[in-house]
Amino acid sequence: MSTLFPPGTFGPDARANSVPRMLAAQYGLELKLLLRNGEQLLLTMFIPITLLIGLTLLPLGSFGTNRVAVFMPAIMALAIISTAFTGQAIAVAFDRRYGALKRLGATALPVWAIIAGKAMAVVSVVFLQAIVLGGIGLALGWRPPAAGLLLGAGIIALGTATFTAMGLLLGGTLKAEIVLAIANLLWFVFAGLGALILQSGTIPAALSWVARLTPSGALTEALSWAVNRSGAPAIDGVGIAVLALWGAAAALAALRWFRFT
Amino acid sequence: MRGVSKRFGSTLAVCELDLEVNRAEVLALLGPNGAGKTTTVEMCEGFLRPDAGTIEVLGLDPSSDNAQVRGRIGVMLQGGGGYPSARAGEMLNLVAAYSARPLDPAWLLDTLGLTDAARTTYRRLSGGQQQRLALACAIVGRPELVFLDEPTAGMDAHARLVVWELIDALRRDGVTVVLTTHQLKEAEELSDRIVIIDHGSAVVSGTPAQLMNSGAEDQLRFTAPRRLDMSLLIAALPEGYRAAEHTPGEYLVEGKISPQVLATVTAWCARLDILATDLRVEQRSLEDVFLEVTGKELRS
Repeated sequence: MSTLFPPGTFGPDARANSVPRMLAAQYGLELKLLLRNGEQLLLTMFIPITLLIGLTLLPLGSFGTNRVAVFMPAIMALAIISTAFTGQAIAVAFDRRYGALKRLGATALPVWAIIAGKAMAVVSVVFLQAIVLGGIGLALGWRPPAAGLLLGAGIIALGTATFTAMGLLLGGTLKAEIVLAIANLLWFVFAGLGALILQSGTIPAALSWVARLTPSGALTEALSWAVNRSGAPAIDGVGIAVLALWGAAAALAALRWFRFT
Repeated sequence: MRGVSKRFGSTLAVCELDLEVNRAEVLALLGPNGAGKTTTVEMCEGFLRPDAGTIEVLGLDPSSDNAQVRGRIGVMLQGGGGYPSARAGEMLNLVAAYSARPLDPAWLLDTLGLTDAARTTYRRLSGGQQQRLALACAIVGRPELVFLDEPTAGMDAHARLVVWELIDALRRDGVTVVLTTHQLKEAEELSDRIVIIDHGSAVVSGTPAQLMNSGAEDQLRFTAPRRLDMSLLIAALPEGYRAAEHTPGEYLVEGKISPQVLATVTAWCARLDILATDLRVEQRSLEDVFLEVTGKELRS
């Protein structure tokens, strides 16, 4: 008779845990995986911090005297893109490759909670990025108005949602290697479009508008207006609308085409 | 499962399949690669929706009552599945956290020989370790019914024995087990009933003993002087048996070889005053049944 498994060891008692507990476990692991991944941290923390410090302190280009206030919105936008879009797309693609999502799809965990766990982890990391970058900015002499910070927080939330939807769409539809390539390539494209916004005084108006209609351009522009470097905070209605449209389109497409395997 | 069919493009993966599993029974779906075993269990798990027919799992429809079904079953997917950078222990803890009263994850890891690998990321586990983790994930929530898709594929002999013992214990404790395998030995050792599936249809089903006794044909071979008169032996054997000189001096009796049949043959030898040598009874193995019903060609 079995010595390893005394009688009753496996007596059935299949009861799902409460949804908040399942979600807490899901979120906890997703966050741990995000923060433990070296490449992700390079992308989400190290590169934005280096850019912020470097661009503020090195006298490159003519960005006036308050350089940190000029660069802060663009770099926060890039940090959001790194976490919510590039990092998320790659993570989702490899989760699919290794059968993680299908595995979880065979448990009591509701399917929406798989995505919710990821989204909550992304929001936490973006929050952390905002605190760290904001803190470094303050140390470098950045003095945003309180109302601007509040507006900025709202725009960060919208931008995070938009880029998360785009990341899920990319990571949830293509093969892992292709996602890896495209997500990294688009990171550079998005960074470039954000940089164009900073140069909007010196480039043709048409080019500036093209940049503003992209999600990264819109996010950078809206954040720049919020913590307006030359006076009171302003709401960039165009940027917010552009972001919302991109987000809605990506979310609808993800709902339609996202594959768990 | 009644009259279930599933088509992928032009391939009919499962064709009007009927299956029934009783509570606390181990059912083995046995079949060559590509026979439709995985498609069948994935329809029961709710991953795939059948094109035709009805499926009932624990009294529920796995497609429309998916959430309820998933809460009561345990699933071991073919090839496992897990976050690539989560450690084995973290992955099992996560799945355990979905249950109100899970088994102790640490004990389960230890039992399945995964304690040393508990801090290894899923991506770096060996194939056999991933399989054992997948099994642990399938049973940690104390399910009523578990689906194990190729549970011992890639495992070493020792791990396989532990898993067999575990599956026996599951049945003993009242858990229903549906497993797919292409290992005949596994089906024979573990299951109460076997369904051999090929080209998406059930070809044969029954208990392992029934399958081995079904239809044909054991063989009794012996060597004796050439050109013996077989008529007396044929007359003495029950209806339906065949006896012939297969090659010169090599005799072959075909039919169910029981102790009585063996006595009949040796009595005939005694009567002719000959000594049969190299006397050998070959009973039909499950492998013979399997090859007989699925054909002998190789499958991709």
